[in-house]
This record gives sequence, C-alpha cells and structure tokens, in this order.
Amino acid sequence: MGSHTTHSACETTTVDLTNVKPYGDTMNDGMMQLSFTLPVPYGEEANEAAKILARKMGLDEPAVVFSKDMVGFTYFVLYGKCQHTVDYSTIKVTKVEVDVMDRLECEKYITENIKRPVVIVGACSGTDAHTVGIDAIMNMKGFHEHFGLERYHGIEAVNMGSQVPNEVLIAKAIEVNADAILVSQIVTQKDVHIANLTNLAELMEAEGIRDKVILICGGPRISHELAQELGYDAGFGAHTYAEDVASFILTEIVKRKMV
Amino acid sequence: MKSKLNLDPKVIDSARSCAGRIAESMQIFIDRHTTVSTERTVLRLLGVDGVDDVDTPLPNVVVDAIKDGGGLPRGAAYWIGNAMIQTGLDPQAIAEKMAAGELDIMKLTMASKEDAEAKILPIVNKALEKIKAQTAKREDYLATIGEGRKPYLYVIVATGNIYEDVVQAQAAARQGADIIAVIRTTAQSLLDYVPYGPTTEGFGGTYATQENFRLMRKALDEVGEEVGRYIRLCNYSSGLCMPEIAAMGAIERLDVMLNDALYGILFRDINMQRTLIDQYFSRVIIGYCGTIFNSGEDNYLTTDDAYEAAHTVLASQFINEQFAVLANIKEEQMGLGHAFEMDPDLENGFLYELAQAIMAREIFPKAPLKYMPPTKYMTGNIFKGHIQDALFNMIAVWSGQSLQLLGMLTEAIHTPHLQDRMLSIENAKYIFNNARAIGEEVEYKQDGIMQKRAQFVLAEAEKLLHEIEAEGLFSTIEKGKFGGVKRPKDGGKGLAGVCVKDDSYFNPFIPFMLGGEK
Repeated sequence: MGSHTTHSACETTTVDLTNVKPYGDTMNDGMMQLSFTLPVPYGEEANEAAKILARKMGLDEPAVVFSKDMVGFTYFVLYGKCQHTVDYSTIKVTKVEVDVMDRLECEKYITENIKRPVVIVGACSGTDAHTVGIDAIMNMKGFHEHFGLERYHGIEAVNMGSQVPNEVLIAKAIEVNADAILVSQIVTQKDVHIANLTNLAELMEAEGIRDKVILICGGPRISHELAQELGYDAGFGAHTYAEDVASFILTEIVKRKMV
Repeated sequence: MKSKLNLDPKVIDSARSCAGRIAESMQIFIDRHTTVSTERTVLRLLGVDGVDDVDTPLPNVVVDAIKDGGGLPRGAAYWIGNAMIQTGLDPQAIAEKMAAGELDIMKLTMASKEDAEAKILPIVNKALEKIKAQTAKREDYLATIGEGRKPYLYVIVATGNIYEDVVQAQAAARQGADIIAVIRTTAQSLLDYVPYGPTTEGFGGTYATQENFRLMRKALDEVGEEVGRYIRLCNYSSGLCMPEIAAMGAIERLDVMLNDALYGILFRDINMQRTLIDQYFSRVIIGYCGTIFNSGEDNYLTTDDAYEAAHTVLASQFINEQFAVLANIKEEQMGLGHAFEMDPDLENGFLYELAQAIMAREIFPKAPLKYMPPTKYMTGNIFKGHIQDALFNMIAVWSGQSLQLLGMLTEAIHTPHLQDRMLSIENAKYIFNNARAIGEEVEYKQDGIMQKRAQFVLAEAEKLLHEIEAEGLFSTIEKGKFGGVKRPKDGGKGLAGVCVKDDSYFNPFIPFMLGGEK
C-alpha cells in the first residue's frame, strides 16, 4: 500500500476529474483531517480504536496526531489517506438558476418589466425564534453591506419576525396580496424545519394560493434541492443576500406573467 | 479609581439618575397591576405543585378558576387564605380538590383580607425558610469547596433530554466549566404554563421544569464536590412564566437566571405591560435568593449593528440596573449583558469592542457583567470561528468581565458537541491565564481611538435616556429604539393575563422579600 511505493503519489500533478481524491500537498495523496470523540477512556486503546475506525471509513495509514482525555471520553485529531475517489465529471446539482442583479438593477427591472410594487412577506414560521436570517434578507440594513429588501424601491417588504404560525403568515400574504413568501428556518434539530415547511406548503395548497405566490425557504441547512422536494419554488442556503432572492422573485414574476 | 477611558463621571451620573426616573415611573404602573403568572408564582411559593388529569399544572388550574370567577384583582393569596379558613385544608389539598372538580373557592364565605393574610402567614414563612436554606447551602459550598476564578467559564447544554444534559454538564464541569446553562426548548417562553416533571423531548433545548432543575442541581453538586469547585446552574426566568421560573429557581437553588422584560418584548413579542409586571416579582425573588440575573442587551446586537447601536446597549443596561435597584437586588447580582458582535471586517473593530467592554466595567464596577460570544458573524468556518472566540476571550480577561459565555467554534452549525465545549474551555483557559493581568498593565492613549469611542457611546446613551424619559419607556419601545424592533403597547402575547389590582389585593411574599421596606 501507499507507504511502500515511493513515487506513486508523485506521478501526476494534474487532476483526473473522473477519479478525484482529497489533496493535502500532493495530487492524489488523499489526505484528510478529522476530529471526533469516542465514548471510551483516554489511552493507547482509545487511539487504536480511533485508527481502526478510520480504516473502516476508508482512510489508509491513519495517524492520531493528538488525543485528549475528556474523562470517560477521548477526543482525537486524526489524519489518514482516503482510498475512495469520486467521478466529478458526472455530478449534477440542482441550483437556483437565475442571473443575479444588484439592487439598482433589480429596481430598474421592476420599473421596466413589472411596473407595479412587488410585495414580499417574510417570517421565521413555526417555533423558530432565530430571525438573523430573515432580518439579513429583509431588513433595511441587510448584512455585510448588502442592503435588505426594505431598501429596494419598488419592493414592499413585510418582515413578520419570529415564531409566526404558518396560518398567520398565509393570512398576511393574502391580506397584502403578496407576490412571494419567504420563510426562514434556522433550527433544524430533529428535522423540525421539514415538518414546518411541509405544513406551510400544504396549508397554501388548501387555501388555494399556492400557484399565486412564489414560495421560497432559506436557512443555513436549506438547499434548493430540499426546497424543491418540499414543494417550494426555491431554497437558499448560507451566503445568500437580498439581491439573490430579489433577482429570483422578479424574474419569476415576469416568467409566470404575474405582472 | 480614575477612568482609564477618561469617562466623565457627571455624564455617568446624569445617565444613571435619568434611568432611575424612567424605572420609577414604570414602577408606578407595575404597582397598580398583577398578572396570571405573578399569581401562579404566589401559589407555587405556597407549595402548590403537580398537574391535573390532562397535565394542566395546578397553579394554572387555581389561577384560571380565580380569573374566571372575577377574583384575580384580589390576588391568589387572598383566595387561598380564605379557602384555608373555610375548608381547613392546606393550599396543595385545595388545588387538588379544585382540579378534581370538588371545590369552588370562589363560592365560599369570604373572610376579611386581614384574616386571610394571617392564615397563610405560617406557609409564607415556611417557603421563605426553604429558600433561605438553599441560599445558605450555596454560601456553604462557596466557603468550603470554593469556586472558579472570574471570568467564570459559562457553557450551555441543549440536548433536549435532561438525562443527556446531565452527562454533558458533568463532562463540561470536569473540563473546567464554572456555570452550566440548560438552554430551553424552542418556544417555551411563549407557553403560559410551566411543564411538569422530568422531560426527554425538546427542540434546541430542554424544558425548564422544576424536576429538571432538581436533577441538574443534584448532578452539579455531585460533580462540584468531585472537582472541588462549586458549579453554578443557569436557566431562564423569562417569557410568559418569568416569575414562576424565578420561584422554582429559588427553591431548587439556581445561581444565575436570564431575566429581562425588554428581551421578551423585543425578541419574543411578549406584551410589554405583562412582562414588565412579571419582571418585578421575578426580580424581587431573584434579589432575595441571591441569584445573579442576566439581562439580554447582547441580543440587540444580533438584530442591530454592534458599532452603530452600542449606545442602546448601555442605555438599556442603565435601565435594567435601576429596575433591579427597585427590586432590592444588590449590584453584585446584576449580570448586565453585552456581546462581542462587531463585524470582523471592521477596521479596528477589536479596539472599539475593547473600549466598550472596559466602559461597561468602569460604569458598573461591581456588577457580574455577562459577556456573550460572537454569533452573528460566525460562518461555519470553524477555524476562523475559533479565532473570533479567542479575540472575544482576550477582551474578556482584559476588561475584567465576570460571566463569560464561551463561544463555540461550531456556532451557526449545531448545538455544541462534547468536543466543541472542551475546545472552547481550553481556548478560554489558555488566554485568561496567559494574559491574566493585562488590564492592570495597560493604559490608553489620551483622546485615542478607544477613549473617544467610549466617550462617544456614553454620551449617546445619556442622550437616548433623556429621550426615553421624555417619551416614556412604552412609547420608546413602540418606536423601535432598542434592537431596531418595534412592538405595540397592546400587542404581543399575554396581555389578557394582566389586570388592575383591587384595594384588598396582597402579595404576601413581596414585603418579606424586600426586607420590610415596601
């Protein structure tokens, strides 16, 4: 195996996209760093257990470079060489397909193509009390120098805040004749967000407004693929700013002839 | 001691006395009112506990019956005292009979206020003795096994299962934690009752119940004896059951309780009238039992900007201090909150943050300030997160913070894993030890970035306090001056549980807990 062949890892410096391995400092060295805890007492046996586990995970030559006694538990930092490869060339990921416009472009797009105010209602619905995500997208101030939707001329943004029951969110959307609903979910313990997001989509179907409103979810554990599985038009994960969401909504309004 | 930031004592005094007037004017409103949760707290202190056959807590059963019978303005203590006179039963037996539908205390002959008060006095004294015994036990532990050095290392557990929390809490104490906070399950703050018994299911945290408090207290006492350090327990006297949880915490010897009406109003949309009334009794209890309360100003900086809104934090700290003074809480129990939430990309952000942290320490010299870690700008890059936490720890030891809620490198990813807590404790211990006396060694440049920053924030806070005094606290909150969040005076949750007291109202605990002053 690896350690006995002195030149195999050095044979190529170009990546083979059909057989991709982790990169440490040499192409195809497979180097990975892990840190984890085992519920066993600190000692030689614990280190051995960590190495056996690493081999089962497909890591060759596992090395425990650090371990720490946590009284009945042991923490490890471990390196190993991954034996597995992935075929990168055949990967397909579902993404939100939209040309992102900045705030001024969005405003111009509304003036030229929609010619009326766009209404967007947002909330952390269900039991979720963490508004940091919805605030970053909606509030005037935005996040990291990216202004929120409230700042956009031509967009009426209604941020309902935290722990809004889905029924209340829908009632508000109907009341203000919303073009889009944004729902933020931060807490994902025990998949509480899945149940809540599903409930919202079902309630909108029941109210007969699902087709009339662009339904979007967001949060650090949300992907576009998950959102689509749950019956949403789009899902936005971490590193999303207001312009990403606005661009999707505005182009969708035009695409669906909701102008 | 001379201010290293060259803060003007006249500006501090002006801000403080202005906050005092704001709190006093609110106290006039508070004193005229009571709430369902305040009355349930009286019942809990009188020993009413347990649930009926559909899991409604007995304090709710009794207070709901009093409210439905139109008796809430007189207070639960009168009705229980009267029922004791008329039936010869103790409060728990009365509550049980009410739950079984065998007794309607609103239809009994009515004794005088004085007789009802006299009847429950022995039970009131017994409750106070019980709380005093717990306070004495804490003092005994501190005198015998001692405690960690400040800043206390404060970590959270949040598995949802109290038995799993116990395992994690004991592990954290063995790694060096001084304070364990059991995070509550999502949305408990909005329940208008306190669940009963040990619980094993929660989202993002564990239900605050009296039995869960007792289980965790016992576990921390055990591990405290093992490691030779008293381990403090923290929970949340907040939300719609603010004073009830304070009472449970007093009975089960919690050491730290988060307690801040402004936080509930802004971030949980709890009605402002309801929660300010609730806060008063909860703070009276907290003052009496020697618990440290934590205020929630740090949260303003998760919705507002840490640089631009720093003065709102200071203004709120002044108000929280004065509310605490009215509840007879000692400065040594005032865990006023603030947070390390500057944008990491801000040039000299560390200097501004350091200036603000030292400013808080200079203005509230004896208060056990609670310093909260970075959350808003944590990204999932655990390596950078660990550095952000290191800078936070550096400022804490430098500025002499007291309760250091340790930042987790995995903030923004998940509730802490066992190893996350170990790494964060290691981070804090390293920095606290390595830079222990830095605050005593360093002085700041006359009119430099730091002095100017602190002076500016203080001046802005004093200005804001005068605006609040002119405007009134309710109206200030309605306008969104704190955390950038607007709340209407009659909006939010819990207003239906508020009523005006009648002339014969009494709460038998408040005068004793205040030491007969009020």
